[in-house]
Amino acid sequence: MIEITPTIVAEHGLSPDEYERIKTLLGRSPNIVELGVFSVMWSEHCSYKSTRAHLRKLPTKAPWVIQGPGENAGVIDIGDGDACIFKMESHNHPSFIEPYQGAATGVGGIMRDVFTMGARPVAMMNALRFGEPSHPKTRHLVAGVVSGIGGYGNCMGVPTVGGEVNFHKSYNGNILVNAMCVGLARQDKIFLSAAKGAGNPVVYFGSKTGRDGIHGATMASAEFDDASEEKRPTVQVGDPFAEKLLLEATLELMATDAIIAIQDMGAAGLTSSSAEMGDKGGSGIELNLDMVPQREANMTAYEMLLSESQERMLAVLKPGREAQAEAIFRKWELDFAVIGITTDTNRLVIKHKGEVAADMPITALSDAAPVYERPYKVREPVRGEPAYDKSCSVLASLEKILAAPDMASRRWIWEQYDHSVMNDTRQAPGGDAAVVRVHGTKKALAITTDVTPRYCKADPFEGGKQAVAEACRNLNAVGATPLAATDNLNFGNPQKPEIMGEIVAGIDGIGEACRALDFPIVSGNCSLYNETNGEGILPTPAIGGVGLLKDSTRMATIAFKREGDVVILIGETRGHLGQSIYLREIEDKEEGAAPPVDLAAEKKHGAFVRGLIEQGRVDTCHDLSDGGLLVAIAEMALPKGIGACVGQASIAEALPFWFGEDQARYLIAAPFAEAEKIVAEARAAVIPVAELGKTGGADIVIDSKDRIAVAKLRAAHEGWFPDFMKAEL
Amino acid sequence: MKAAVIVFPASNCDRDAKVALEEMTGQSPHMVWHQETQLPEVDLVVLPGGFSYGDYLRCGAMASQSKIMREVKTHADKGGAVLGICNGFQVLTESHLLPGALMRNAGLKFVCKPVALTVEESQSAFTRGYENGQTVTFPVAHGEGNYVADDETLDRLEGEGRVVFRYQANPNGSARDIAGILSEKRNVLGLMPHPERVVEAALGGTDGRALFKSLIETLS
Repeated sequence: MIEITPTIVAEHGLSPDEYERIKTLLGRSPNIVELGVFSVMWSEHCSYKSTRAHLRKLPTKAPWVIQGPGENAGVIDIGDGDACIFKMESHNHPSFIEPYQGAATGVGGIMRDVFTMGARPVAMMNALRFGEPSHPKTRHLVAGVVSGIGGYGNCMGVPTVGGEVNFHKSYNGNILVNAMCVGLARQDKIFLSAAKGAGNPVVYFGSKTGRDGIHGATMASAEFDDASEEKRPTVQVGDPFAEKLLLEATLELMATDAIIAIQDMGAAGLTSSSAEMGDKGGSGIELNLDMVPQREANMTAYEMLLSESQERMLAVLKPGREAQAEAIFRKWELDFAVIGITTDTNRLVIKHKGEVAADMPITALSDAAPVYERPYKVREPVRGEPAYDKSCSVLASLEKILAAPDMASRRWIWEQYDHSVMNDTRQAPGGDAAVVRVHGTKKALAITTDVTPRYCKADPFEGGKQAVAEACRNLNAVGATPLAATDNLNFGNPQKPEIMGEIVAGIDGIGEACRALDFPIVSGNCSLYNETNGEGILPTPAIGGVGLLKDSTRMATIAFKREGDVVILIGETRGHLGQSIYLREIEDKEEGAAPPVDLAAEKKHGAFVRGLIEQGRVDTCHDLSDGGLLVAIAEMALPKGIGACVGQASIAEALPFWFGEDQARYLIAAPFAEAEKIVAEARAAVIPVAELGKTGGADIVIDSKDRIAVAKLRAAHEGWFPDFMKAEL
Repeated sequence: MKAAVIVFPASNCDRDAKVALEEMTGQSPHMVWHQETQLPEVDLVVLPGGFSYGDYLRCGAMASQSKIMREVKTHADKGGAVLGICNGFQVLTESHLLPGALMRNAGLKFVCKPVALTVEESQSAFTRGYENGQTVTFPVAHGEGNYVADDETLDRLEGEGRVVFRYQANPNGSARDIAGILSEKRNVLGLMPHPERVVEAALGGTDGRALFKSLIETLS
């Protein structure tokens, strides 16, 4: 056995204090296998040791929440005995090192989290952040990540229906790849990971175990430096064909009543899946590694326990049901083996070649993992209203903004994703939220991912609120009732008080908005240490929101549909230019306060707009976010080439009116008679409302004088991404 | 019309084909596992889209060697109708039930979008419900749909009225904009676009309905 030296402890990412704690818990020094197991179970990635104390403050309950955080994914009630199971998870570090495989296995991992619970995945989303377009690695990373997501999701036959993409220099050395999976199950067929009871067989199925991905979780819990690309061997390789077989075989096994508990093998593979199942079930687990299906010869216990080979699952079956399960996996040509048994010892015991390779109390791996109240310093938010050049042309600015990297059409990306397979996609990428029908019903799920990292940088608290508010707005804008969210908290190094301050304030902001908007967090993931050579990313707490349309025939899309519709603005416009896309793209300034979020207004305006759609009175709606009012009007004009004549209302200054990013606003378009009623109802409800003009023609005309052709805007909007990526191939 | 849908391990449009057939025929098709050695008595066999056996090498190459494909060939040899969509088209060329091959898209990327097609040939069991020259819109979703064949084969396909659908804006580099072709006996159709994804107005169109209607009228 290898002797444990301080160097080896450090190489495992454990602090001297943490090592002492392990010795106390074991009552002896760990051997190298045990040290490896502790290092992954206590890694930031698996233990949430820096964030756990703060995550507890998030609201996680509502009458419609069936399962909150703590399982593989969150579960909500969507009526009629149906459940929606979903989660978002990051694969940031591997995707930077090997973009295709990093992104592909990120998709595979999150799908397993969802089907482990009994759900068939029905929709995928992804929230991506890349470095600035001029950075030499950006194109390569965009191309690799997009084809990796497509390569995996397309083969699985699960539609990838939307997402978001930002470019910013803070991500030059740390891209973010957050994938969200949404699945459907019956409420009486939801599977959990608690391995209750002793003497039950522990079975392994899926792909074989190899040496790939060893210490992936530890890698995801440290900062990058220039040598990080040498870590390529720790990136796993995905096999979507194996995952497709695993999905179908797992669902087939779930249709029987043979399963007591089931857990996918994600980060830290066999180790974390067995420890988590034993921990939740209050039982012990004994594994015999000789029985594990192996892809390579002479693997050590250390390697097998820490391998992150993909497409593997662990389950505890009812005794005597092994043959029934095995027959299903043979049919799907997957490996299947009984590798252990549950015990009543509360210990994780690993046997290998006739010897005990590791023997640890399970609670030492989970409950006793350190929780840090890391010191934090919440920065004063950036304040003030920045000056701007009043002489700029409104329409020339509009054209430029629509072609900006953060604002240009993402068609180049989503045309590489199969977004219509499964024949239930009611709204494909390009709208406010994706809409996917619940198969065989009129109901539909609406799904969105949102965060505005530049707001979070200027003001982490308001930025956290805004991410939640925008997610709800996007769901309301298609006519869906926002139900619950998953969060993917991407930040820098939590050991720096100012970064920890961003984390704490961000979580507080998210919590406040979720409480105000009845939008609990039911699952999530943290990705910390997103720093390279000491430079952190913009704080990026991505929110994945899910809503329900009871009748998907009553739904709104962003496209103007008729000439002569009245364009109505809901919500107050003050002309907030701080941290706006306008300032950044036109004046090259990232300045001023982030827009404040009035949660009462968000709630009230959202309910009003959603009501109009649910009543079948409005079929055209768009939430206002990046770029402000005029950008939203252009985005509504582009799909069908129907222009609009619109004029200013409420404030006198043109640029803040057209490009300010005030929150809690929606644009709707409706025929005249309906529009009159809507305006009257809004006024009666004391909701700020303004008639801006009418749809029609092939141009966008402002204040009856300045005009620009929608076709010209389309060329700018559609052109940027393909032009940018041309240089890659 | 009785139909069977072949299910390879990583077929993923099998359910879509089933739902479309149910919608159009009012009855459920047989779902036939790739390891079966017998086909049920059916008028139509559908090879659905997906990735059959992962398709890490040549798409459809392994599927063409599967047990059930022997039966599909026998069915086709006897004049039975076979519809291969997307991966199904790839399996048909690999099985030599249709000539040519489907290569990686010219743009080297997977492409998913609605595409406008011209109906070139309404004289077939699959297309009699369309007019010659009619434009229909079906989605494509593939990485390897670039149809290639030698000039002699292409000339023959065109001369014999076996090019059924042509792309109006070629999304994948296919020779002569070919999107779908018939076998010599005109009982086997392979096409890359997905007619089964356009049988319901709420999901982006109904242009695929006429294809299934044509089959029902011919085969029932």
